[in-house]
Amino acid sequence: MVSGQASRWVHRSMKYQSELDSGFGEKIAKAAYGEKLFSCIQCGTCAATCPVSHYMDYTPRRIIAMVREGFRDEVLNCQTIWLCASCYSCTVDCPKEIKITDVMYALKQEAMTQGIYPKRFPIPILAREFFRGVEQAGRSNEGPLMVRFFLKTNPLGMIRNIPIAWRLWRTGRLSLRQEHTRDKNTVRTLLRAAKKA
Amino acid sequence: MSYCYFPGCSLKSTGRAYEESLLAVFRALEVPLQELDDWNCCGATSYMSVDEVQAFTLAARNLGLAEKLGGGNGHGPMDLVAPCSACYLVLSKTQRYLVEHADLARQVNSGLQAVGLTCENRVRVRHPLDILVNDIGLERIAKLVKERLKGLKVASYYGCQVVRPFATFDSPWAPTTMDRVVEALGAKAVKWPLKTRCCGGTLIGTVPEVGLRLSQILLQEAQRREADVVVTVCPLCQYNLECNQDEMGRRLGEPIRLPVLYLTQLMGLAFGLPERDLGMQRLFVPFRRTAAAQEGGRAVHV
Repeated sequence: MVSGQASRWVHRSMKYQSELDSGFGEKIAKAAYGEKLFSCIQCGTCAATCPVSHYMDYTPRRIIAMVREGFRDEVLNCQTIWLCASCYSCTVDCPKEIKITDVMYALKQEAMTQGIYPKRFPIPILAREFFRGVEQAGRSNEGPLMVRFFLKTNPLGMIRNIPIAWRLWRTGRLSLRQEHTRDKNTVRTLLRAAKKA
Repeated sequence: MSYCYFPGCSLKSTGRAYEESLLAVFRALEVPLQELDDWNCCGATSYMSVDEVQAFTLAARNLGLAEKLGGGNGHGPMDLVAPCSACYLVLSKTQRYLVEHADLARQVNSGLQAVGLTCENRVRVRHPLDILVNDIGLERIAKLVKERLKGLKVASYYGCQVVRPFATFDSPWAPTTMDRVVEALGAKAVKWPLKTRCCGGTLIGTVPEVGLRLSQILLQEAQRREADVVVTVCPLCQYNLECNQDEMGRRLGEPIRLPVLYLTQLMGLAFGLPERDLGMQRLFVPFRRTAAAQEGGRAVHV
């Protein structure tokens, strides 16, 4: 964030280079499997092909530019990275073959690790709850996942979803029986070992 | 021909009708699908947002389990069939990245060793569409058709992750495999440009205002092109497009009512299989073919 008032009258709205995180671009490029991030020509194809760009605070093109320049806080706090639905349109269309979806994943992971994402923003909370559920049972259980998700984000939202949940139940599409791997600890053991390596 | 089958979590709950109809159709085609024993969640899109190495390791366990079963058809690599788009993408991606990135492969494999497995790229991840068109063939499908779906206009919805970015069996923007199966059933495949546009995925649960709108755009376009039914091959797409139609009407206005089936349900109907075997009773928006058969097609009662 820009450090604020320059004087009583003048507000500085632009960052000095010294305020940027100069290693951020490299870090994200590495996490997203490619230095290609730096060959972006800012053509905007990603923004045009993205079905969710209407709702983003920064388009994918701007995200790439900001990551490269080191606008770490702005990028990690924005909604764009979470709105990305992983449809891979940008990745397939990018003329410089930048794996933009992977860049978004790298940013989500970084925001998650640092614990900085928009507070009570439902998307990272769903990701986290999904992760926990799978760690516990080895499989994802949609019913319990949605209950935990609503409790943590918007308990009133649960009420609004009762009609749809009821119909899912009636049609046998929602079960309270927990699906799990034979040994529930398999996945936990597996993930722990991978993490240590 | 025999295949190892990876159902994934959704096909055991919201997408049950997909599993039921898929198994029924493949049985009718005399192509057995053997469920992978003790499979685990592929991690979908959420896992990758939290921890990448763990996400790849999670998916790789399934590849390792399939590898352990040994060679598949003709002792080549084992074919692992993943009907859910997210599973198909994640398993394909894992396999590709483990080959391309040695560091990642080392980390993942040391995780796998802890549970007595390895992952050495000896599995082929396949999508049912790929198998239907390239292994089984449209002729064999057409031969099984008992009730041609003449006059029925079908919008084939592929969604994103089946064709992007790892599929090799079809085009990422203008895929045709599903349309060709639909035509083999005697129905008419409607031309529509949104067939690979994103339905919103999990956004419908997290930020409904966005997810509902993305799905509604697809349904409106299908309707504008006079489709009688949308068919899809992804449990999340099917849920988004079908189960949320009331909510779309309530929140965004312009109510819509269009049946959304799994491709395999439509195939099963054409093959004359019993409805219950295809999970037709699980639909929110019932499908009636009578209305569809207006253009000289034989009225078929469902």
